[in-house]
Amino acid sequence: MSDELYMQLDVVTPEKSVLSRKVTEVIAPGSAGEFGVLIGHTPFLTTLKSGQVVAKAEDRDIFLAVGGGFAEVTSDRVIILAESAVLADDIDEKMIKADLDQAQDKLRGLNKEDPDFPRWDGKAREAELKLKVVENWRGKS
Amino acid sequence: MASLKDLKNRIGSVQKTEQITSAMRMVAAAKLRRAQSDIIAARPYAIKTNEVMVSLVTRTNPDMHPLLRIREPRKCVLVVVASDRGLCGSFNQNVFRRADAFIKENKDKYEELSLVLVGKRSTDFFKRKPVKIRKSVVISNPSYELASEIGDDLIEGYISGEFDELYIIFNEFKSAMTQILHEDRILPVERIESDDEMVKVEYLCEPTEDVLLDALLPMSLKIFFYRALLESAASEHGARMTAMESASGNAADMIEKLSVKYNRARQAAITTELMEVVSGAEALKG
Repeated sequence: MSDELYMQLDVVTPEKSVLSRKVTEVIAPGSAGEFGVLIGHTPFLTTLKSGQVVAKAEDRDIFLAVGGGFAEVTSDRVIILAESAVLADDIDEKMIKADLDQAQDKLRGLNKEDPDFPRWDGKAREAELKLKVVENWRGKS
Repeated sequence: MASLKDLKNRIGSVQKTEQITSAMRMVAAAKLRRAQSDIIAARPYAIKTNEVMVSLVTRTNPDMHPLLRIREPRKCVLVVVASDRGLCGSFNQNVFRRADAFIKENKDKYEELSLVLVGKRSTDFFKRKPVKIRKSVVISNPSYELASEIGDDLIEGYISGEFDELYIIFNEFKSAMTQILHEDRILPVERIESDDEMVKVEYLCEPTEDVLLDALLPMSLKIFFYRALLESAASEHGARMTAMESASGNAADMIEKLSVKYNRARQAAITTELMEVVSGAEALKG
């Protein structure tokens, strides 16, 4: 395949660069709805909500869980500036399940007005998202 | 010739100095390792954020956002990033020299030029000079909070028209031995000059251009300051490590030379004493 069929995908977080490679398609959770990008897309900039990013490369599909941020799309590259992002391959299910249990435990003891509620709620959602991403990843590959 | 006792004292004091400099070298090396991993981790995000921001700004009308407005450059602010502590070779001097040159060059261009001084050393250096100081910041620990604090003040200042252009001078970390001195214009944002049609095509924006600019512009400026702080911190530790290494080397050389001198002086003293004893004995014999 010629090089022109690929676009460069970069996923970076303040902590590190999570992914940088050539892909053929990217599906990401835009704030106004999920969108898919193929090469030659119109330049496009959007905020992201937390969710699942799928990047299709020639050899395999790459699944990521991202925690909000920005995505810039130009005709031959996609940049995702995420507050947090993790590859499905790097998600440790056991640890995330433990996190989820802990967060849910805490939430049970709190009501919605509690100042700690948003923090634990956020943690629970994050853990759920990661588990879902891993599940989808398993289902596809 | 110096007396034996003097030489001995000098050797002792140089040895003490060597101990201190090599301890400082070790501390700097440990701090460098941390600062280096911090900056390497932060770089990709900072660079990409900046790319996205520049690309958005290039496609946007300057009237869209108060931070994009381009005004007649009458007042200018220069951010000077140096260190809190000295003993790091020419690290700070290089920054100050460049800042001085900047001031000299641009003094007549602007009605007013004021400085934001980051790092205690830069405050010490500039407070005796006839320049206006807008703000002095002590670094102690380069954090995103500190970058935010600097950023918020400058963003507000630019929006309310306190100044029209913003420059920064800081050291970029290359390796422990080399730092690259940067002089960048931060505001107004440098637009990409290109004939490429793709660059000029307007973005589709979601949710809206306003929301994106509001979110992205201040964030990317703060991240830029954050990166500058981290780059400068890593450079500082690198410069200190190198400076202390050469200081330790110089001290070792000095000790060697002084020891030779000391041994020679001691030998001379012994020889003199022997001569005295021998000639004394000869005199008694006679």
